[in-house]
Amino acid sequence: MANDPTHQFQIFKIVPIEIGGIDFSFTNASLFMVATVACAAGFLYFSTANRGLIPGRSQSVAELSYEFIASMLREGAGSHGMKFFPMVFSLFMFVLTANLLGMFPYFFTVTSQIIVTFALALFVIGTVVVYGFYKHGLHFLNVFVPSGVPGVLLPLVVTIEIISFLSRPISLSVRLFANMLAGHITLKVFAGFVASLGTLGAIGIGGATLPLIMTVALTGLEFLVAFLQAYVFAVLTCMYLNDAVHPGGH
Amino acid sequence: MFVTPAFAQQAAPANGATQGEVHTETGVAHNEHGTGVFPPFDQSTYASQLLWLVITFGLFYLLMQKLIVPRIGGILEHRHDRIAQDLDEASRLKAEADAAVATYEKELADARSKGGAIAESAREAAKVKANADRAAIEAELAGKLAAAEARISEIKAAAFAEVGAIAEETASAIVDQLIGPKASAEDVRAAVATAKVGA
Repeated sequence: MANDPTHQFQIFKIVPIEIGGIDFSFTNASLFMVATVACAAGFLYFSTANRGLIPGRSQSVAELSYEFIASMLREGAGSHGMKFFPMVFSLFMFVLTANLLGMFPYFFTVTSQIIVTFALALFVIGTVVVYGFYKHGLHFLNVFVPSGVPGVLLPLVVTIEIISFLSRPISLSVRLFANMLAGHITLKVFAGFVASLGTLGAIGIGGATLPLIMTVALTGLEFLVAFLQAYVFAVLTCMYLNDAVHPGGH
Repeated sequence: MFVTPAFAQQAAPANGATQGEVHTETGVAHNEHGTGVFPPFDQSTYASQLLWLVITFGLFYLLMQKLIVPRIGGILEHRHDRIAQDLDEASRLKAEADAAVATYEKELADARSKGGAIAESAREAAKVKANADRAAIEAELAGKLAAAEARISEIKAAAFAEVGAIAEETASAIVDQLIGPKASAEDVRAAVATAKVGA
């Protein structure tokens, strides 16, 4: 089974737990969620433990990621959006750490599970909807009515806006999930070529260098994707939160 | 790609009972972990994943909100304040230094003008004293000159008086030698006086 490219997404139970007939087992997925949180929180916590006026290397990284997300949110949702900073920062750090942990061989990638990314996307959209209605009441519905559109086009535009709003949780979750899944499968398939070609003697070993080079290049690309998808997730979260803070302001 | 939920949910509690069943969803048989579904779409794992995601992400969110974000925010704010404070301090010190330079230059100018005044008055005083000294010495010299002149005229008078007595004696001796009998002193005196006048 080791050569099955989907084997790495297999979930197995570590501590079986069943409550009311539903399986809540502590699985390898749960383990890596715990590991993700431990790494992200541990890094941010211990790197800033000195509270140095002049930051060291790790403290610089923590501060840079903080300021990176802070400026992203401020540009995306304005200063009123800064109350969502802990949420966006948590999402970014969680997704980034999960993606990067998934780059280790034999590690499970939390974000390669559609249910995880969909839950995170629903959390974002749910926050937007709840906060939007809580803060603006029915004025939140202005989010579907762009300003400056001629009355004739309004029904069409509003329909499109509603569809685009409803598709947000899907696009947000599928983008992250599919990127991680496809990247890891591709990597595994090319790495598998190296192994299977390598068994074919001298010509095979010569031929195996090609997928080997490809695997190395893909690994680099996957690191980029791991960061990029976390960034995209955070940027889109900021944009959606902007709707909650300023409905009809686009 | 979704399998029917009914299948997945039936398969989950069975757990292992379906081992060996070949599912062609991914074209590969998954006979290790039961359901044989493409793992990300295996709905039997959803409840567990959701629960543990809520637990772990919820904990992470709480940690971020209560601990990490305030801490990093505090560090950045403290640094920002500290830099602003240092800049203020630097501009304050610069102002102080400028004031000190101004005071120094003012004092230097004062001292220079004061020194000039002192030198001027000293020169004046020296001049006055020199004039006074010269006047005193001149007066003293004039006194000495006058005394010397008085003494000279005294000596001259005394010398003139003695000149008369010597002439009288000489004249009487000459007369004795010439005429024998002694000329009376009155005659001689009269004759000398006449000669003196004549001379």
